Amino acid sequence: MTDRPIKVLIAKPGLDGHDRGAKVLARGLRDEGFEVVYTGLRQTPEMIATAASQEDVDVVGLSILSGAHMTLLPKVCRLLQDEGLGDVLVTAGGIIPDDDIPALREAGVAAVFGPGTTIAEVADFLRANARPRD
Amino acid sequence: MGDRAQDPVARATGLSDAALAGDRRALARLLTAVENRTPVAEAALRRLYPLAGRAHLVGITGPPGAGKSTLVASLIAEVRRAGRSVAVIAVDPSSPITGGALLGDRVRMQAYAGDRDVFIRSMAARGHAGGLASTSGAAAAVLDAAGFDLILVETVGTGQSEVEVAATADTTVVLEAPEMGDEIQAIKAGLLEVADLVVVNKGDRPGAQRTASQLRAMLVATPPRNDAHDRPQPKRPDVLVTTASTGEGVPELLAALDAHRIGDRGGTTWSARVARAEAQVGAIIADRLRERLAAPGRSAATRDIYDAVARHELDPFAAADRLLAAMSEDGARPPGATG
Repeated sequence: MTDRPIKVLIAKPGLDGHDRGAKVLARGLRDEGFEVVYTGLRQTPEMIATAASQEDVDVVGLSILSGAHMTLLPKVCRLLQDEGLGDVLVTAGGIIPDDDIPALREAGVAAVFGPGTTIAEVADFLRANARPRD
Repeated sequence: MGDRAQDPVARATGLSDAALAGDRRALARLLTAVENRTPVAEAALRRLYPLAGRAHLVGITGPPGAGKSTLVASLIAEVRRAGRSVAVIAVDPSSPITGGALLGDRVRMQAYAGDRDVFIRSMAARGHAGGLASTSGAAAAVLDAAGFDLILVETVGTGQSEVEVAATADTTVVLEAPEMGDEIQAIKAGLLEVADLVVVNKGDRPGAQRTASQLRAMLVATPPRNDAHDRPQPKRPDVLVTTASTGEGVPELLAALDAHRIGDRGGTTWSARVARAEAQVGAIIADRLRERLAAPGRSAATRDIYDAVARHELDPFAAADRLLAAMSEDGARPPGATG
């Protein structure tokens, strides 16, 4: 089977309780033909890295609306590196000010999808940028 | 894909050795290879299969929403309290339309980051009917070889007759929710028949005890015959009640799983293991035949035969005989000499 689906982890780091967006995206990516592992709310960076490693995903999508993105997202990226998952595509969505995006890019977040992004835009970006890892 | 860069056997050896030495990343990568049915997976399984067969494989099945994932989560906690290691294969359905899947079982199984003795892997069924992915058994063998004591295989939410898990697991647990049906449901053929243990979950709901006693009454209603050794005997499963969300009844469930496993050592399930081997080998033969039918140099001839069947010029049995005969001629020739 060469045409395997891209596997995506959708996780919500931190303490905000708003997971509607993450669920809509998970569902939308399912309809785009991705295999989506949804981990739910209140994930620590360690839990996200462990799940990404065990599931051997191609993409980690992080949804965050709490304002803690400058702390949590770089930490997830660092842990993924430590786990030997440096080639996993990391993307973020939620409420993230434009001013913070360059620093997040620097930390390893490949793209930040703000409000108004369509599922199709996310799906196309993931298809274009996720490296098939095995 | 990436496999082509390196000899699959060398890569399989590297990943297998690392996984056996406890490298969880290598284990995860092997499982991906197994899911994608790559040459690396085949080479790795040849190496790992002789090392498997030590773990207790437990299948957990039942209708959607009965609480399978929540029960697995509370079983993980109980198994860890007992100091044993546990791996989980959680299967969810793939879309028949897009091939996509939403794998949501991890939501209920949190908080084991940093515990090397818990390994959870979600799998999409990828078009395979029967409650599992076609590669779930092979994935379980890899986890078994990697040394996990207990392997829990959670099926997709099942209906009445997705009994495949029983052919994969040593012990099959069928989960029911209270008030899901009356005594007639309990005596229908199918899922309940393959249960080694029946668990009525959501034990805190009204009706749970009544459901359990109805199931008990019906499942063990007939005494076993001891004069019919040549015929398959129905199982007589125990019926337990759990409340997975609180952990109530879960220690008893783990004890019942252990008891079932020890009981099996008596030899009653040797025939089940042979049946499992037969199913595994049969599936590989079917895969290999399909691959050869579609191989370059043969696919056009195969296609012509299918066309002839579609036009009703050839009956399907004659078509199958013709294709099998053609392939056994191929088999006599060196590889690559086909067509």
